[in-house]
Amino acid sequence: MAINYYQPLYEVMRDKDRCIKCRACERQCANEVHSYDEECDVMISDSRQCVDCQRCVSICPTNALKIANNPNTFRQNSNWSQQIMTEVYKQAETGGVLLSAMGNPKEYPVYWDKILLNASQVTNPPIDPLREPMETKVFLGKKPKNVRFNKDGTINTDLPPTLELSTPIMFSAMSYGSISKNAHESLARAATELGIYYNTGEGGLHKDFYKYGPNTIVQVASGRFGVFRDYLEAGAAVEIKMGQGAKPGIGGHLPGAKILEDISKTRMIPMGTDAISPAPHHDIYSIEDLRQLVFSLKEATCYKKPVIVKIAAVHNVAAIASGIARSGADIIAIDGYRGGTGAAPTRIRDNVGIPIELALASVDQRLRDEGIRNEVSIVVAGSVRSSADVVKAIALGADAVYIGTAALLALGCHLCRSCQTGRCNWGIATQRPDLVKRLNPDIGYKRLVNLIHAWDHEIKEMMGGMGINSVEALRGNRLMLRGVGLTEKELEVLGIQHAGQ
Amino acid sequence: MVINAEDIGYYDLNKEIVGSDDAEIKVENVLGQRYIGCGTSAKTITVEGVPGNALGAYLDGSTIIVHGNAQDAIGDTMNDGEIIVHGNCGDTTGYAMRSGKIFVKGNAGYRVGIHMKEYKELYPKIIIGGKVGDFLGEYQAGGIIVVLGIGYEGSVPVGSFCGTGMHGGYIFIRSDQPPSGLPVQVCCETATDEDKKIIKKYVEEFCDCFGYSAKDLLSSRFYMLTPNTASPYRQLYTEN
Ligand code: SF4
Ligand code: SF4
Repeated sequence: MAINYYQPLYEVMRDKDRCIKCRACERQCANEVHSYDEECDVMISDSRQCVDCQRCVSICPTNALKIANNPNTFRQNSNWSQQIMTEVYKQAETGGVLLSAMGNPKEYPVYWDKILLNASQVTNPPIDPLREPMETKVFLGKKPKNVRFNKDGTINTDLPPTLELSTPIMFSAMSYGSISKNAHESLARAATELGIYYNTGEGGLHKDFYKYGPNTIVQVASGRFGVFRDYLEAGAAVEIKMGQGAKPGIGGHLPGAKILEDISKTRMIPMGTDAISPAPHHDIYSIEDLRQLVFSLKEATCYKKPVIVKIAAVHNVAAIASGIARSGADIIAIDGYRGGTGAAPTRIRDNVGIPIELALASVDQRLRDEGIRNEVSIVVAGSVRSSADVVKAIALGADAVYIGTAALLALGCHLCRSCQTGRCNWGIATQRPDLVKRLNPDIGYKRLVNLIHAWDHEIKEMMGGMGINSVEALRGNRLMLRGVGLTEKELEVLGIQHAGQ
Repeated sequence: MVINAEDIGYYDLNKEIVGSDDAEIKVENVLGQRYIGCGTSAKTITVEGVPGNALGAYLDGSTIIVHGNAQDAIGDTMNDGEIIVHGNCGDTTGYAMRSGKIFVKGNAGYRVGIHMKEYKELYPKIIIGGKVGDFLGEYQAGGIIVVLGIGYEGSVPVGSFCGTGMHGGYIFIRSDQPPSGLPVQVCCETATDEDKKIIKKYVEEFCDCFGYSAKDLLSSRFYMLTPNTASPYRQLYTEN
């Protein structure tokens, strides 16, 4: 018998008294964990295949199932954790590069949780958002430095193109291919109803979704999949993807086996061919080259659409952002190292990039210092988990945020981080028709709308507490922030004071 | 319509080109203006002089004829149409081009045909009359690239790292020797008469444009590069 060097992470626990052998779990688990043993008339499970996606647990009509951490433990070792040992065993077995999904799960500091918000007391009255006007609308794009007049003395209202958002939240780039069509439809419809935007990712735009174009950001990445005139014209803005927080410096390779008919159509490549997006755009080795792509896209869209440049938050992000602001881009999107992904090498996901909070603070400061903050809007991504994170991000200097993981959670994702397998039991990160149909876009889009409405209310409430009645007045207002348990250096980078100061 | 591009920046020049109702537009005294013909369809634009980078980017059916040299990134993400250059051109010619033709009489720079791809009836073709730089057909996923090496007989008319990342389409190189240092993921064989039929029509069109004899060219030795299906690019992954 083969030796199992490592043990399953989870244990599927079934309460035999509650189990009515309806076999629902068996039908629901694409990982084939559950099965029915006819001879003994009993449900059995193969815990080894379980990824703890909680689908069976959520479906079980008698609440008979629980997924627990496997109590079996290797000998305690603070240096060689069970996780690290298991990874060594896996690689010794296969010789493969470790592949994971979703965001960095490691215990790095979450700066959002070390920043506290201010509220008004006595000297500056709070505002009650239920009774007083409160503005969460924002415009993304270049803002003119001063008022310009026409020759006849009237105000020149010729402004660069902007995106209008009812609330400072957008759905971040997730391609059709990495997520299902029903997930895309949910995002597109929600964005339309909410007056915000979703993002195609680099997989092109399905013909059924052209109608959501006014609320769509179309992405152009190094492989240029699905990019052609109609696509560029369909979107409200064009995003050039230079990097991604979950895997900075790494490209994408969607194997031919995953390029099925519908996906081949949106990517505009034959079925079964590999879709390779190399890490670099091989025509961009400098800010001047980036400028060329920015302006070729502006030319192709008659200067009617803002161009976004998306980068991963890396060490010298402030200098890079300064270059991007000078490249003619209208919006910079910065993706922090906790950002999600459909597939990334584990070592890259867990070890490359920097926290978005620090990246944002340093970019905003750098652009202000250089007097070019008005040239671009800043959108941040990479694990914005709640309305409080949104408020803190804006106070640190962001114009808006992108949410990806939180949006998928609204659609049912349980962060099992197994998207790369293509067997998402929640119908999100999969193309298997039987799984995709589990996600009903009629329900999915409403859940997204609910989420953003709730966050919008909370943002207003927090702003009201601070005595601020518009996002515009909150942006970059770091006096509203205080750090707790942070070092001098961290406070310096964040540009905030410590609580009590 | 004739446009004198002297002292006009690219923004105004392209506005005039795009705004014109004329199907035939001649642009004279071009000196480095970028993005000429970008995204246009159903126009014939004749360029006298040296256009700047990204000529015919996202081209969607227009024909662009350049009497002079072109620079970098011509036909970037081009979807359809023709770009004919009576001179040399620069790097990343036909980046991610999906259909249409790019014919260059002279030489071309690095990364010609990078990311070129085909899709259904869309089929991109690049023919370079002279020689090309390094990384020809990098990440090529479809379509045809032909390098004729006219005037460079006796040497291999392509630079180093030819076909790196190639996973679809064909590269034909007119040469007596194969390019050296090809990756294992690429097959290189002497093109048979049967193979040459793939490019015959396009080489004839090329010769019609520039006054060469297609018969003579096609009777020379060509090497044909295709992806090696027996040895694809594969990263070995372990689920974690
Ligand atoms: S993989 Fe998901 S559905 Fe399958 S047993 Fe585990 S928790 Fe249940
Ligand atoms: S999208 Fe699906 S596979 Fe990916 S983490 Fe969420 S539940 Fe798991």
